[in-house]
Amino acid sequence: MANKLIVSLSPHVHSGDSVQKNMYWVLIALVPALLCSFFMFGVGALATTVISVVACVFFEWAINRFMLGNPKCTVSDGSAILTGVLLAFNMPSNIQPWIVVVGALFAIGVVKMTFGGLGCNLFNPALAGRAFLLISFPVDMTTWPVPGHGFGSYLDAETGATPLATMKYAFKSGDPTVLDQLPSLHDMLLGHTGGCLGEVCALALLLGLAILLIKKVITWHIPVSILATVFVLSGLFHLANPVYANPLAELLSGGLLLGAVFMATDYVTSPMSKNGQLVYGVAIGALTVIIRTFGAYPEGMSFAILIMNAFVPLINNKFKPRRFGEVPAKQ
Amino acid sequence: MNTFRIGGVHPEENKLTADIPIQVAQRPKVAVFPMGQHIGAPAVPVVQKGDKVKVGTLIAKPMERALSTCIHSSVSGTVLKVDTVVDASGYKRPAVYINVEGDEWEETIDRSKTLVTLNEKPDLTPESIIEKIKNAGVVGMGGACFPTHVKLMPPPQFKPEWLIINAVECEPYLTADHRLMLEKADEVLVGVKLLMKAAKVSKGFIAIEENKPDAIRLLSQKCVAQYPEITVVTLKTKYPQGGEKQLIDAVVGRQVPAPPALPVSVGAIIQNVGTAFAVYEAVMKNKPLFERVVTVTGKDIRKPGNFLTRMGTPMSQLIDACGGLPDGEIKVIGGGPMMGKALVNTEVPVCKGSSGILVMSGKEARRKDIQPCIRCAKCVGACPMGLEPYLLATCSNKKMWDKAEAEGIVSCIECGSCQFTCPSHRPMLDLVRMGKQTVMGNIRARQMATARKK
Repeated sequence: MANKLIVSLSPHVHSGDSVQKNMYWVLIALVPALLCSFFMFGVGALATTVISVVACVFFEWAINRFMLGNPKCTVSDGSAILTGVLLAFNMPSNIQPWIVVVGALFAIGVVKMTFGGLGCNLFNPALAGRAFLLISFPVDMTTWPVPGHGFGSYLDAETGATPLATMKYAFKSGDPTVLDQLPSLHDMLLGHTGGCLGEVCALALLLGLAILLIKKVITWHIPVSILATVFVLSGLFHLANPVYANPLAELLSGGLLLGAVFMATDYVTSPMSKNGQLVYGVAIGALTVIIRTFGAYPEGMSFAILIMNAFVPLINNKFKPRRFGEVPAKQ
Repeated sequence: MNTFRIGGVHPEENKLTADIPIQVAQRPKVAVFPMGQHIGAPAVPVVQKGDKVKVGTLIAKPMERALSTCIHSSVSGTVLKVDTVVDASGYKRPAVYINVEGDEWEETIDRSKTLVTLNEKPDLTPESIIEKIKNAGVVGMGGACFPTHVKLMPPPQFKPEWLIINAVECEPYLTADHRLMLEKADEVLVGVKLLMKAAKVSKGFIAIEENKPDAIRLLSQKCVAQYPEITVVTLKTKYPQGGEKQLIDAVVGRQVPAPPALPVSVGAIIQNVGTAFAVYEAVMKNKPLFERVVTVTGKDIRKPGNFLTRMGTPMSQLIDACGGLPDGEIKVIGGGPMMGKALVNTEVPVCKGSSGILVMSGKEARRKDIQPCIRCAKCVGACPMGLEPYLLATCSNKKMWDKAEAEGIVSCIECGSCQFTCPSHRPMLDLVRMGKQTVMGNIRARQMATARKK
């Protein structure tokens, strides 16, 4: 016989999907937000993103090479690049470069690689990195530049308050007129407000969501359940007492959209079944509103996601997909 | 448009041979008949070395007191030996070898092309139809090869309501059923009527996926004109719609519970469209099941086609008729690309369940490198049984059999949707198959232990 026959078990065809494809589509979906950030905050946004990506990729490579002795390079799967971009998106654009590098080391070194690398981490590396920096460097992490002021300025950018800080001040002081200082919804939609570099432009993030949904990288369950929960809960607060901002402003401010679209949907740290994903999304939304309203920090999104990350194994255990035969008959 | 409600995937259809009419394949020089061509116990040879046989002569009878069926010769000639043959998986199986001499048929077989309808045979009863099906050795032609007469006689506590004809042909590449419907529509419909009569049901469905519009049109027209009790159902193209449980859900919206429940427990009997044709020939033409349509295909096959092939023909002969195997590394698959079996040797004979021969070459033939599971849950979304393949695979890998059982591993239908969709190319189904076998063994051992205690 001239031919060599290859034998393997079925199936013999594959969808053509790959880890790389998914990672790169998420990166593509992040491009609109990055461009917006560049227009709002100037070169600082770009510089911080580049530093973060380079640092994350370097740490993943170095840990693999020198600490684990793993000859296979895992950088090409794109996950370290993605962590780098998301970490940068969660910082002010005028932050000191060395703080970015420390964040990258924590995200990749501690949160991702110590648990076993891609697919094994319990917490979202970028968010855990952000939380670590927020606790370690609270001033640097909460001094946000004013958008549209000085395209070329980086570390020396003019700084100002974010919508969330204004909201917090409004109900701390019990004076609803403080809310008049909020930027218009139109400005918040376009990103003309203060905040972390990736989170300000709601429109760009929604475009990213559309890309992810169309390319079937994610399903609607997590983002929609988070956004709906926040809308309903903050709407109830607003109706009860106008000191609380209106729900649309809540949706468009802070890291809510960035978190709902890109952070909570992280494959590794989110539940496996659709009903589990809904539970996870609703819990994140509720925790976010609770932290924003009653907590010490003005923003609760990243802590809400990290808290729910810890519950994912439990959710996976309790919320199973409906098995065939358990679905009631039609007609 | 209807389809099943849980999971599913949509592989590239690649129906390269959909427009190529069925050709009659050349008869082999030596025909080989494995005794285990069906689910259940292998048949028992009734011929010996030196015996003369004709086309249609019984060469093996069903094993007694077991799920089994008979086998007939597809050629005329002399029995060379009763020996073993290496089957598709590389195991030796008992088989009868017949040296082909001429083409002389049993006189009882009606070789005319005229259509015989039920009106011409008013004396047929359900029992006589089932008897004829049994004696003709008809089995499910979709690939599972379950003896048809057994399926038509469900346990008495169940009352079938519908007969559903499986004509979805959801496996990519395969077109044997599609061509059969186009070229033998009248015979197929009479076969459906016979099956309905045998199963004592008054309502029949023919389920076809929307990627076969010509077959849907032809059969709908004929049903509307002649058989109002048969409905042609157009289904959305989705794999694994041809799975019995998925098909019942798609057509009548009822889900068969987990094993040991049978399709008939929700009132449905499923038969393949090729089986309906075989039943027509068996009952109306006295022709045992000894030939079938086989699709020979592949992107690098020069002249792919659909062949009416006598059982026992070596697959290599069909491949040669299509221009031979391409060079280099190849994979030859008996069946479709999702559930077919990769052959260790192309000399294996065409059997009752051989719906196709698929040749994949070059890059397509090899699996890709495995990457870590990123817990994307795409396998969970794709599983048509509502299971969690990633979890079952991990349980199997870590030999956590009790956990695997609790997670429903025995419900797996081995359709491969999970592995097809996995971005990390993880060999999930390999592991799940192993786990399923072990768990089923454990369950049997437990049942035997309790039976002994009583």
